[in-house]
Amino acid sequence: MVRCFLIHTVCPVSALSSAESRILYSRVFGPDEAALTEQQRGLSAEQRRLLQREKVAVVARQVKSAVYLCREASGRALLEAVPGEEALALQDANSGVVRLRAGEPFSDETSALWLGVQSLGFTLVCEPHENLLLAEGTLCGLTRHCLEHLHMLGQGSEVLLRSNRIDALLSRLLPHGQLLFLNHRFAQSLEKEVTAYMAK
Amino acid sequence: MYSHGSESLIKQAREIQESELQKFYSRLLKLLQAKEFGHETIDSLQRLHLILSATKYTRTLPTELQRRLLSLLSSPVEQLQVLSSAVLRETLPLSGQELNYNQDNSHTAALLLSQAGSRADLSSLCTQLIRSLENRQSDPPNHSLTHTLPIVNAILTHSPECLTEEHVTLLSKKLVDWLRYASITQGVGASSGGFFTGPRSRQPVPIAELDGTVSGDFFTVLCVGQGFTEDQWMNVFSFSMLRHWLLTYHSVPSGVPITDTDDRSEFDSSVVSMVSATSSSSRLLSPKERVREKAFQYCLRLIEQSDRKAHKRTDTDLQKACLVEAVCILDCVCVEDTALVYRTFPCVKALFGRLSSDLTFARVLLPIAQFYLNHGEMAAVDCESVWKLVFSQFPAELFNDPFLAHELLRFLRLNHENLLLRVPQYTRSFPNLLKFLAWDSPAVVDDFVDLLPSLVTVETAVELLHTLLDLPCLSATLVLQLRSTSSPISEPSGRGLMSLDAFRNPALRGLFLYLLRTEAGSGDTIDRLSVLHELLAEAADWPRVVQCAQTVPVLLHIFFNTVLKVADENLLTHLMLVMLERSSLLLKLPTYIKEIHRVFSCHLLRLCKLHPSLVVNQSHELLEFAGTTANVYSKEEIFTHVVWALGEYLSVSCDSRCSVKLITSCFETLEAVLFEITSSSPPPGAARPAPRVVTTLMSALAKLASRSHDLIPRVSLFLSKLRTASRGGSVAWCSDEEDLVAIVTRGEELWSLLKTPGVAQSVLTPPAHVTTPQWHRDTNLSMPLQLRTLTSLTHTQ
Repeated sequence: MVRCFLIHTVCPVSALSSAESRILYSRVFGPDEAALTEQQRGLSAEQRRLLQREKVAVVARQVKSAVYLCREASGRALLEAVPGEEALALQDANSGVVRLRAGEPFSDETSALWLGVQSLGFTLVCEPHENLLLAEGTLCGLTRHCLEHLHMLGQGSEVLLRSNRIDALLSRLLPHGQLLFLNHRFAQSLEKEVTAYMAK
Repeated sequence: MYSHGSESLIKQAREIQESELQKFYSRLLKLLQAKEFGHETIDSLQRLHLILSATKYTRTLPTELQRRLLSLLSSPVEQLQVLSSAVLRETLPLSGQELNYNQDNSHTAALLLSQAGSRADLSSLCTQLIRSLENRQSDPPNHSLTHTLPIVNAILTHSPECLTEEHVTLLSKKLVDWLRYASITQGVGASSGGFFTGPRSRQPVPIAELDGTVSGDFFTVLCVGQGFTEDQWMNVFSFSMLRHWLLTYHSVPSGVPITDTDDRSEFDSSVVSMVSATSSSSRLLSPKERVREKAFQYCLRLIEQSDRKAHKRTDTDLQKACLVEAVCILDCVCVEDTALVYRTFPCVKALFGRLSSDLTFARVLLPIAQFYLNHGEMAAVDCESVWKLVFSQFPAELFNDPFLAHELLRFLRLNHENLLLRVPQYTRSFPNLLKFLAWDSPAVVDDFVDLLPSLVTVETAVELLHTLLDLPCLSATLVLQLRSTSSPISEPSGRGLMSLDAFRNPALRGLFLYLLRTEAGSGDTIDRLSVLHELLAEAADWPRVVQCAQTVPVLLHIFFNTVLKVADENLLTHLMLVMLERSSLLLKLPTYIKEIHRVFSCHLLRLCKLHPSLVVNQSHELLEFAGTTANVYSKEEIFTHVVWALGEYLSVSCDSRCSVKLITSCFETLEAVLFEITSSSPPPGAARPAPRVVTTLMSALAKLASRSHDLIPRVSLFLSKLRTASRGGSVAWCSDEEDLVAIVTRGEELWSLLKTPGVAQSVLTPPAHVTTPQWHRDTNLSMPLQLRTLTSLTHTQ
């Protein structure tokens, strides 16, 4: 099961310190683990929500640092793609996976798969026994849909103002965090539904 | 991509004033109370979501608004369902809020899941879910059941005991139906119509394989059709969660999380499962066994289907993912029921044969390796070729694939105990495995922190130390290797890449080939290491090399911590000499050398403390090091520690072979160095020695003198010279007047101590029982004894 899906900055943001990352979209799947673990049982719902937000922020920071180091090591210049060149932007993206130890931040060990597309990172946090090949493919698909349907290569803020589209996308392609083995026919059928939703 | 606009939107959302917010709430409530919903409603809801999610602190909504949103969850307009679920997830549930699972609505379920405050909440959700599955009416709208399984999977991840025995049995039966008995005809396609109308189109069309041929067996995720029936969708969802289901409920052969022990119908017992493998069709299997059997058949079918040539690229990728999943599930099933191993192995072996020569399938070969590791011994299969791939080929050729690196290192981490027992080449393969680290240190250093201890053996420790010290060189070499294959040979590397020319030069090939070796055992290191360092000098500012160099000190600490536990005195001697030798033989990266020296100093000291006799044994080498004045300037840290060790451990109490002659020769060596550094300025380019160097030398000399009293006059001679020189105010070798005063004061202290040789001896060379006191356990130092002594001293007769 995928624990969460994030879209966050991997470039420097003036209002934040160099290590922090601005989270543009975050969706945590499943029940809050803090409600179920022994030591965190005493927290109120409000504290639990705060804790969850902090955990997500930790993941974003880790990924941001990983993206930075990966780009520094490869030495490739960042290509500025414009709207319409989504496929090119995706092809040029960096990808990798960060191991998050048990407790840092989720109570069990997890793996954070990431795709760095220019100034934004798209991250999927998976359980370690998850099929990473499938997760990689799903992440690429989700990223492509987000880039296209939310016009993310432009200067707009649709990722913030149309987050319901990402919710709908996730409810089809990653329902409740479940990675799906979809061949092209199944995928087409779901994508038709997604496109119909986006057209509203 | 990330614009000023977005940043200011978030800022606005966070800093919205309370009054403005309340106005917004009332406006929104009015919109929601209207009969029709238009764009303005959707936009306002979206803005509400932004306001709530922009801050990590929870805002509470007015009760009326929240109630209205709750009712929107069952709106026929999907956008309203999505938005209300998203908004409500960002705020706290209303007290007394009774939300029931609505079986047609995935978004309500998402809200219920995220708001679950306890296992009891999850259990009740589970019960409602399962009930909806049971009460399935015919002719449902599309995908209304499909979100049930993902929710069950989510609950399983966090709290498997929320499913009762009954639930597990029911779901097992459903899974068997969906996995094995889904329709084999195509459903009504969304794009049906067009050419084919009339009775002909009503004939059921069979499903097809990915290469276009008509399917001859049951439906799986690798089957296609124009449209899909509901049970075919459930087939996909069932397979997607199958592995997790098996891991949760089938990982222990006879164990099931029991919540309802009274229900004893259709339970399997371990006796039954032993027979299951051979006679699966002839008698009634329990639901659990049936799931296992169907999973087994499904995976075998997937493996066969993956051999077909798919028309689309995404389908080829899916076939790979299916292979990984199938092998993992087979492994799981065989662990549970070992009798299945004999049925499974021929298939897995054939798959291995098919894929082993194709490196693009490397990630599929890893689960196969896990299968071999778990079951190879039982099936008495030769695993040599598998380990050759995993340890020799993959690291050497695929070191730059971050996903393979992650998965391979994870495999090693999880299985290192087993590997140490069964696979001898594991501990010899570190030169190869370290290539992952040399290429992408930030991503994998965490894995190596866990793995390194298992790679340390007494036979290969020295070679491992050399390899770790030369990791930046390996990093540079891998960069050159890739550049060399990607750029043509004829093109002159005019952009200043002398190292690339060197890499391609046949005369120097041997140096690089040594670094790129795949196995340990062909020599601890090479003679012409300094040549190699010079050739790679320009790599010192390559980002990859710099990142790699930053991880070496950590790994060295782990190495030494591990090796000190298993090494004998011989090995420790060898390691000490390697440290002394390599301290000047490192790739010239700015902070790298300093960091390595610091690590060496720390562990040299630990070594000497553990085995003080080492100092006497290797006194010749240590004195050679300490007697070279150049070392004061180029290796200050190590020099200081070596001198300290000599002063501390060169005594009869540490090793009875320590003679007066040895002490005297050590004294003379150190005295000479001290004279040299305090009588002239440092050589050009070198910094002045830190005061600590001078004081350490003085202390060492004093300690040695206290053991051989003839040397005391010589100490006093030096100290008086020092006093005289410092009266001038400043000296060439010490810039700070305060430091000079401190040094001279130290000298005075030592001198006054040495005036009474007996006291000096017990202070500067304390016997062991003084330095390792046992306090209350020691009769010499115990409190009652002390008190009695004091009493008898103070009381007059």
